[in-house]
Amino acid sequence: MWKKVFDWLDERLGLNDLYKNLLDRPEPKGTWWNTLGSASLFLFVLQGVTGIFLTVYYTPSPDHAYDSIQYIMQGVAFGWLIRGIHHWGASLLVILVFVHMLRVFVTASYKYPREMTWLVGIGLLLTTIGMGFTGYLLPWNQRAYWATTVGTQIAGSVPLIGGFILKALRGGPDLSALTLQRFFAAHIWMIPAALAGLIGVHLYLIIKHGESHFPAKED
Amino acid sequence: MSEPINRREFIKGVTAVVGGLITTVIGIPTIAYLIDPALKESSKEDWIPVGKLEQLPIGKPVPFSFTRVQVNGWERTATSHGGFVLRKSESPSDLLILNSRCTHLGCTVNWSENDQVYLCPCHDAKFDPQGKVLDGPPPRLLDRFTDFRVTEDGILEIFYKEA
Repeated sequence: MWKKVFDWLDERLGLNDLYKNLLDRPEPKGTWWNTLGSASLFLFVLQGVTGIFLTVYYTPSPDHAYDSIQYIMQGVAFGWLIRGIHHWGASLLVILVFVHMLRVFVTASYKYPREMTWLVGIGLLLTTIGMGFTGYLLPWNQRAYWATTVGTQIAGSVPLIGGFILKALRGGPDLSALTLQRFFAAHIWMIPAALAGLIGVHLYLIIKHGESHFPAKED
Repeated sequence: MSEPINRREFIKGVTAVVGGLITTVIGIPTIAYLIDPALKESSKEDWIPVGKLEQLPIGKPVPFSFTRVQVNGWERTATSHGGFVLRKSESPSDLLILNSRCTHLGCTVNWSENDQVYLCPCHDAKFDPQGKVLDGPPPRLLDRFTDFRVTEDGILEIFYKEA
């Protein structure tokens, strides 16, 4: 019965081909270091899911942001768990992405024909850090407030256009409701959209070229 | 031992089991997280102290007021309520407790000692001491707090229930 249903679907969706090409593709002999990309992908999905659930209760307004998070932590069943995963997952994701980059660098996997995979990966590193930077403000506590004050000031130290960058980031000269709102928009819509697109390209390139061999002595 | 399991099947099995485990461990708390507000009982009723019964005069309505705070998540909403206690006799159960909210549009009525009526300032409605409509647009008599008790300390308490 199930075999029939599956065959019917497979004939129309090409499930077996998908499986063979995506999950059952030949790989060079690797080590645990080769799993960092998959681990990053898993964490990205986990961050996406927990983040979506956090928006059920979180409010990006100076009046309610802090209180709504207190409510998530103490008032909602398992709110501490959802936020805890999102909080620790964020730090772990930045570390994983960075170590993943180091591994690619050390094993020289960025070389021909994988230069574009590397460049897209740089984009992924930057957008991941962007997620960390924008997400850090959202709890709207003292640490978040001052970290963003300093962070945006650093961006504002760029010669000539620094003042403009600072105002564009903050939505005005000071940290305000506008800053919180635009960081929220960036954190849940703009950067995730960019991240998802870049991940798509990154994965396509990995499947197209396959994973690189570790360099041998004579390389 | 019949068929020994090969490496491929083993990995598939382990992946399925671990994946299923993670999904369950995350999934069940997530469902609880989402439906949590629907499971909470908010207390919409309470005994409200009005004052010492022995200090209330007989035959004259005495105003009282109290505030109810409704907590929804991180938002608190306070609403004011009020009423009049009329002791008809010495008996601690012979009380008439009216809600001072006008039954027309919700303004607060005042007791007029001169006319011996409750007056609503909004549309000049009049109620007699029993709460019956004498004049004006209200559709029904003033609401009553019918559940009340006197505690051991002699405090009159009314039972408030949100409509």
